[in-house]
Amino acid sequence: MNSTERWELRLYVAGKTEKSVTALNNLKQYCEEHLKGQYKIEVIDLMVKPQLAEGDQILAVPTLVRKVPEPIRKIIGDLSDKEKVLVGLNIIPA
Amino acid sequence: MSKKETKNNIQHRVLEKTPTGISGLDEITGGGLPKGRPTLVCGGAGCGKTLLSTEFIVKGAAEFNEPGVFMAFEETADELATNVASLGFDLQKLQKENRLRIDHVQIERNQIEETGAYDLEGLFIRLNYAIDSIGAKRVVLDTIENLFAGLTNIAILRAELRRLFHWLKEKGVTAIITAESGDGKLTRHGLEEYVSDCVILLDHRIIDQVSTRRMRIVKYRGSIHGTNEYPFLIDENGLSVLPVTSLNLEKNASSERIPTGIKALDGMLGGKGFYKGSSILVSGTAGTGKTSIAAHFANQACNDGRRCLYFAFEESPRQIIRNMKSIGMQFGRHIDGGLLKFYASRPTLYGLEMHLVTIHKLIREFKPEVVVLDPITNLITVGVLSDVKSMLIRLIDFLQNEGITVMFTALALNTVVGDQTDEGISSLVDTWLLVRDIESNGERNRGLYIIKSRGMKHSNQVREFVITDNGLDLVDVYLGPQGILTGSAREAQQITERTGVALHDYEVDAKDREIGRRRKVLEAKVLSLQSEFESAEEELNKIYLQEELKKQVSEKARQEMLRLRRGERGEEPTVEPKKKSNE
Repeated sequence: MNSTERWELRLYVAGKTEKSVTALNNLKQYCEEHLKGQYKIEVIDLMVKPQLAEGDQILAVPTLVRKVPEPIRKIIGDLSDKEKVLVGLNIIPA
Repeated sequence: MSKKETKNNIQHRVLEKTPTGISGLDEITGGGLPKGRPTLVCGGAGCGKTLLSTEFIVKGAAEFNEPGVFMAFEETADELATNVASLGFDLQKLQKENRLRIDHVQIERNQIEETGAYDLEGLFIRLNYAIDSIGAKRVVLDTIENLFAGLTNIAILRAELRRLFHWLKEKGVTAIITAESGDGKLTRHGLEEYVSDCVILLDHRIIDQVSTRRMRIVKYRGSIHGTNEYPFLIDENGLSVLPVTSLNLEKNASSERIPTGIKALDGMLGGKGFYKGSSILVSGTAGTGKTSIAAHFANQACNDGRRCLYFAFEESPRQIIRNMKSIGMQFGRHIDGGLLKFYASRPTLYGLEMHLVTIHKLIREFKPEVVVLDPITNLITVGVLSDVKSMLIRLIDFLQNEGITVMFTALALNTVVGDQTDEGISSLVDTWLLVRDIESNGERNRGLYIIKSRGMKHSNQVREFVITDNGLDLVDVYLGPQGILTGSAREAQQITERTGVALHDYEVDAKDREIGRRRKVLEAKVLSLQSEFESAEEELNKIYLQEELKKQVSEKARQEMLRLRRGERGEEPTVEPKKKSNE
């Protein structure tokens, strides 16, 4: 993996629910393990900014969106399956 | 549950309805969709679900001042706008005015991974945001089942959809949820389990290569609704549902009469013609003059200053104008005067429903008092008999509601009166004229009957129907010992009758003369008898006189004798000659 690549991740949640907390914790853990120093996580609470849901075509929460590198990838759920998340984000090859 | 309880508590509160603005749909639902509740619209691909829901939203925003949110799971906002622009809806304008909001929900399965638990709160938030931003009263979710294609966790989806419909009810918006039907079920994923207030099924059937769209209200909780399948169609004005029969029979019945254009026919109908606003069927075999009767009626209407719309399904208008000129009618004049309008189309051009709508539309535009459909028989080629019948019922209903007099012509294929069903509308029409061939002596003549004419005195006689250069006329047929005589047989019979009269007259004359002569003879006889009687009488008188004279003479002689015996002188010589002269 190219170590100079930047990762911009966005996590959409709806309030501080159990699922969103779990998702955020999981995400932070995976990023620390595999993308240390190369990533940025932006958490968007749709309860606060509902108008942002349309832009990224959010239906389900929590949804993790990989904005950079392209193409955009989405992972929904509490991100409990580590391997699926890493493969989905293309951090490790399938 | 909570709904039911409130319903029981408030006993007399009637279900409020939200008008859809779709012509005909509000009539069959008795006012529209249930207010503040979700309605499920299901049907196969291409049956008009999206159009129905778009029209619901657009009409709500434009006509009922109820802003709406359209959540599209299939098409983008631009695609949607383009699709309905052809129907005259300007979505962009409505969006700018904050009366409409289109939210395109895109689900790309290849972009999405699912790991662990999630919910659809994002969708709720989006919908809520859209509703609140414009104060929407109407919501459409088209087609929410696409979620099933994009997401794999069916258990979550089902739970979330159930929550969504609940949430919509609580939000108090009138919603339409569309769903594809399939596998013999109303919806592929069983959405009808969640939406239980109102379910509308759309259908698109092809029978004999002609497609007809139909709509049925499967259920409508808490409301009376039409249960039939109602044909509907999509044209440049959007969707319109045509109730098969108008739900009431509350038509105005005019007692005004409208002449038929044929004097003798007026005479057969109590001297005044048809009722205004009634329906007339003219049926007959080929070439019996049905179009001519219809043309006379149209012509008469125009002469009286009534507007007439003539639907020709067989001939072109020019052809009709030319043909009718040959029997003395000048249609060109009426067309120029704007009283007469022809509309010609091939019945096979499009389906029955489309014909019906075209007819409706033209009638609404032209506002005629008289409508002629010539002939309706050809419509049979487009549809099944029952469909044609239902279409005609609807047409007659519509025309009678508008107070328009309509004349249909129909080709009858057999000549037995009892067998003629005439597209089954004979029971619907008010007046039924039958023109039939009467074949005898190697010639064919036309006979006209009035089989029925509701509410007026009408002749029960068969009239011979003749087409002359000056138009149509009816002649009394001759009823002789051999049956009905028409045409030259009738003429012959009339000649025979005329000769008979002449002969009879001559005979009477001869008898008169004979009697005169006999009278003279008898009179002469009477005279001679009288003179005979006179001479007999004279004879009798003579005898009386002689007797008298004899008496006188003998008396005188006796007196003379007496005098002589007393010695006096008698006058004997004077008496003697007197006696002699009397003899």
